[in-house]
Amino acid sequence: MAKATKPKVLITGARGALAQQVITRMRSHYRLVIVDFRRRVIMDDDIPSYFVHITKRGFEDIFRDHQLDGVIHLGRMETDESNRFSRYNANVLGTQKLLDLCIKYHVGQVLIMSTYFVYGANAYNPAPLDENSPLKASELTKNLVDSVELENLSQLYLWKHPELNITILRPCNILGPGVRNNMSLLLSQKTAPVLVGFSPMMQFIHIGDMSEAIVTAYKKNNPGIYNVAPDDWVAYQDAVVSCGCRRLPIPSIPPALPRTLSLLFDQKKFPSYLVNYFKYPAVIDSNLFTKTFNFKPTRSLEYIFSHYKRKKTKHSQ
Amino acid sequence: MSIRSILKKLVVSAELEEQVNEIKKPVGVYGYDPWGYNTDSFMIGLSLFKKIYENYFRVETHGLKNVPKTGRALVIGNHSGQLPMDGVLIGYAIATRKEGPRAGRAMAERFFPTVPFIGNLINQVGGVIGDPVNCIKMLENEELVIVFPEGIRGSGKLFKKRYQLQRFGNGFMHIAMTSKTPIIPVGVVGCEETMPSLADIKPLAKLLGIPYAPVTIPIPLPAKVSLNFGKPMMFEGDIDNEESVTEKVEQVKTEIRRLIDGGLLRRKGVFYG
Repeated sequence: MAKATKPKVLITGARGALAQQVITRMRSHYRLVIVDFRRRVIMDDDIPSYFVHITKRGFEDIFRDHQLDGVIHLGRMETDESNRFSRYNANVLGTQKLLDLCIKYHVGQVLIMSTYFVYGANAYNPAPLDENSPLKASELTKNLVDSVELENLSQLYLWKHPELNITILRPCNILGPGVRNNMSLLLSQKTAPVLVGFSPMMQFIHIGDMSEAIVTAYKKNNPGIYNVAPDDWVAYQDAVVSCGCRRLPIPSIPPALPRTLSLLFDQKKFPSYLVNYFKYPAVIDSNLFTKTFNFKPTRSLEYIFSHYKRKKTKHSQ
Repeated sequence: MSIRSILKKLVVSAELEEQVNEIKKPVGVYGYDPWGYNTDSFMIGLSLFKKIYENYFRVETHGLKNVPKTGRALVIGNHSGQLPMDGVLIGYAIATRKEGPRAGRAMAERFFPTVPFIGNLINQVGGVIGDPVNCIKMLENEELVIVFPEGIRGSGKLFKKRYQLQRFGNGFMHIAMTSKTPIIPVGVVGCEETMPSLADIKPLAKLLGIPYAPVTIPIPLPAKVSLNFGKPMMFEGDIDNEESVTEKVEQVKTEIRRLIDGGLLRRKGVFYG
């Protein structure tokens, strides 16, 4: 009987390491339904799992079959996945469909995962950037247009449909075991490219802290837009060294040169359109999140980097 | 061991390290703050600059005690000498004083972050780009911020205009009034003569994407520099009334002019005394 009173929550992007941690933290307090757009995720029998693309008709069946109380939307195509048109379809049009379904099926709470990339890495960025700072990423590259558009769309629904109780999180770089974003893949390598003469300030959050942040924000339900980052900063080149990587210097001038040279690298690890983020800072201010949710990440930068250093030591043995 | 650690070991004295450690800074485990200030780099910078400050420019300070030991403050000065040497000298003077040393944050030209090495270097020793958001956030952190409201109009002016204060922007006054921050005026004497500029090749500056291209000597001359700090000035009133804000800016400008005149009167010669 008690089980029936637990709220029912849909988690998208269930295959990802972050979603897995969120599922682990939430499963005892919520009835979970999970979906992944890329492959079926095998979970225990008590968690219904779906493999359907967000833009397909079958996605609505999940809403029809389960009376959902909330949605945690973590399923987005990363900046290195597929091409920008597919990403636009999945991230922007897909999210729009998800939000329309939330309205149609009276879902009372939605948490959407964004990224600090939306602010854009710019030489003239002040620090730290709070949530009211302009989103300038799309002026840097067309490859980040979907990230900014996803934000704009979510914000539109946030103000237009207060009944959805939308929370948008903009985390800094997420690192840790199982994380397969660009930065994590880059720092997992033995050699990491650095731009000569540039070492922007960066922030890193451990996947464990980030999943706790998501669960806390969902539990406390305080709609709005929030940056999520620890109160600690490190220069990119120091982070590279601390992760046990050798630095591979890339000439930084003229500005077009590093972008051209980056095409020689694995685009998953050093994407040409993210070159600016290795040159200029986009440091975010997470005071609002800390104050609203009384939450602070607990894992230190040293702890975060030690995972990558250990990985390399293990491989070299 | 990193280059920074080796340099720190080689050039930073125990006394200086102790003094800098006295300065309370909200830095993380790697010694950085959000703007890129780094405690070790700051110590190295001070150590390397010691001889330039003491023996090359033979800097004299007057009224340094007017700079508060704690709490938010805006140090407002005249800008000159093509290179931002005046900001570095003011920062050094405040960081190495015996009573209440502080790591001042100098607002740098927006052009610097785009220059390899220089941008990071300036950040690591406390400089930040001159953006009002940076200034406000640092004052909220109870920091001491050094601002030159003349900007490049002051630093890039020709030698024939030396000690003629150029137009001050009003931005610093808006910030001071909104954030209830005291202004410490400082009149810098001597930097005008370090790099006398005879002309500004504007087309070359445009081509290179730099604020100005002076016809000047390649290295600064060893002019004797004096830093003349005035008493803290507090301003209140309607920040929406631009005319009234401009009047207050003029009061600061007049005080800086007075401090410069005092410094010039005390000066026995440009390169000696």
